[in-house]
Amino acid sequence: MKIVVCIKQVPATTDAKIDPVTKRIIREGVKAELNPFDTYAVEEAVKLRKRFGGEVVTLSMGPPSAVNSLRETVSVGADKAILLSDRALGGSDTWATSYALSKAIDKIGDVDLVLCGKQAVDGDTAQVGPGIAAHLNWMQATYVNSVDDVTEKSLKVKRMHEDGYDICELQLPAVITVVKGINIPRVPTLRGRLASEGEEIPTWSATDIGADPEKIGLMASPTRVVKTNPPPARQSSTIKINGSPEKCAKDLVRELRLRSIL
Amino acid sequence: MIAKTENIKNEYKNVWVVAEQLSGVIQQVTMELIGAARPLANDRNSEVWVFAAGPNMKSLAEELFAYGADKVIVVDDERLLNFNDELEANVLGRLIEKYKPEIVICGATTRGRALIPRVAVTKICGLTADCTELSIDPENGDLLQTRPAFGGNIMATIRCSNHRPQMATVRPRVMKVPEPDTSRSGEIISESIEAADTEGVKKILEVFHSKENTVNLADAQIIISGGRGMKGPKGFDLLKKLAAKVEGAVGASRAAVDAGWIAYNHQVGQTGQTVQTKVYMSCGISGQIQHLVGMQSSDLIIAIDKDPNTPLMQMADIAIEGDLFEILPKLLEEIPKL
Repeated sequence: MKIVVCIKQVPATTDAKIDPVTKRIIREGVKAELNPFDTYAVEEAVKLRKRFGGEVVTLSMGPPSAVNSLRETVSVGADKAILLSDRALGGSDTWATSYALSKAIDKIGDVDLVLCGKQAVDGDTAQVGPGIAAHLNWMQATYVNSVDDVTEKSLKVKRMHEDGYDICELQLPAVITVVKGINIPRVPTLRGRLASEGEEIPTWSATDIGADPEKIGLMASPTRVVKTNPPPARQSSTIKINGSPEKCAKDLVRELRLRSIL
Repeated sequence: MIAKTENIKNEYKNVWVVAEQLSGVIQQVTMELIGAARPLANDRNSEVWVFAAGPNMKSLAEELFAYGADKVIVVDDERLLNFNDELEANVLGRLIEKYKPEIVICGATTRGRALIPRVAVTKICGLTADCTELSIDPENGDLLQTRPAFGGNIMATIRCSNHRPQMATVRPRVMKVPEPDTSRSGEIISESIEAADTEGVKKILEVFHSKENTVNLADAQIIISGGRGMKGPKGFDLLKKLAAKVEGAVGASRAAVDAGWIAYNHQVGQTGQTVQTKVYMSCGISGQIQHLVGMQSSDLIIAIDKDPNTPLMQMADIAIEGDLFEILPKLLEEIPKL
């Protein structure tokens, strides 16, 4: 089974800065980490390979520094990592990003399964996973928290919804996005870290993946950020309650009544 | 599709709402979306259409008219009972091509967030996730879509000038449900699944809906949330009692979830769920930035902690300084007296 895990390197803190001209995230120079949700996708891929054999390839589209997150995936068991990095891909929205990733998956070839984290913590859109599935015209399952009954042609997944879950059968190849509860990602061993240091990670350009220049980057992205504002401010004053437990409880109940909550 | 000229853009008309149904029952988010669609359609001098896919949808059309729909496209089919991404995307995509809506909005639920990207990609449309505000640009009629980004640290306004339809998912519980007007009526357009729609479609084997076994943080009006200060699973029993009394849900910080005191589906924050409730009551949560971004948009934030200097006590609207193991039992006594 050949599994591709799409990962994203994200700003490690939530105080990321925005480029005032392009209104896009400035990724250079900000401390970065592997998107937390992607660690579950990598772990699931490594577990599936252990059970069913095959190969795990991690793939990331981003600036050259994203190689660090790819290296991290090798240290926890990915067989190979590929960086998709090209100025021509800069400014891509989720449509153009999922197109470029689908072209890279095509180039990797003979892929049975694509795994992604349910969303990236910087953009929070959850659109790239289903976008890749749509570009490839493969089946998809999102918010998956277990993968079972894997055969050469199909597998079963449990998908989480707000109100419960369902179990469905996908024909391979397919795209799955996973939630946090699916597994507990392993911590890289010292040996894993050392091995990943020496790993050659190839960089592919837009030309390498045969991307249509009309479909990539900022110019090909249907959506445009036109402005960014701070969120509406919260009321600045805090009502402070203290004293005996009885007084605290009574005061709070009074405040809630004033606001017609109780 | 790509629509760079006014002539192409003018072929697209009306605001579509993708209805969400569960076991054949229309979900509240659909009414919220109809409410959000109405002013957009008025500004564009067009109509609100609802796309309703599932068994017996025809019988629910009257209800949708009452909330403000002008037309309802009904795809009455048992195969659409349970959410099937590929099938529903194929049907919706085909009907979008046929009727050419200018705007398509859908709930930012697990189902909506899986369905709409698939349609947007195949129909070459721009899509904005999790919008909290939608309006029409008076200058050129484009849809302005505002969404929180970077964990709610900024609000980004997005437009999609050269593609139609313009698509967005909208967070549940953000838009108001309009007052139903039972004297309103509308037109039903019946459509059906075609053979090509069923190609490459997954099989749904089992479905479990349960209000008891799940934690619907997104729908809760009141969330009682606990952190490290709850000291263990027993502390959460106290929160569950309180939540039951106020018909709320129990939330948790990552620290409490990672300690194994409560299941992950209760987690609020960057790697859990983002919530926007009427009341968010935090008990013994210090308030790491990753937690704050998941709840800071709630209307009223209450914090209980021994330490008055934690980030959450500082940002709360009501901060109660004290021992929560003493205060919570008193609160349980006080509340039923009302």
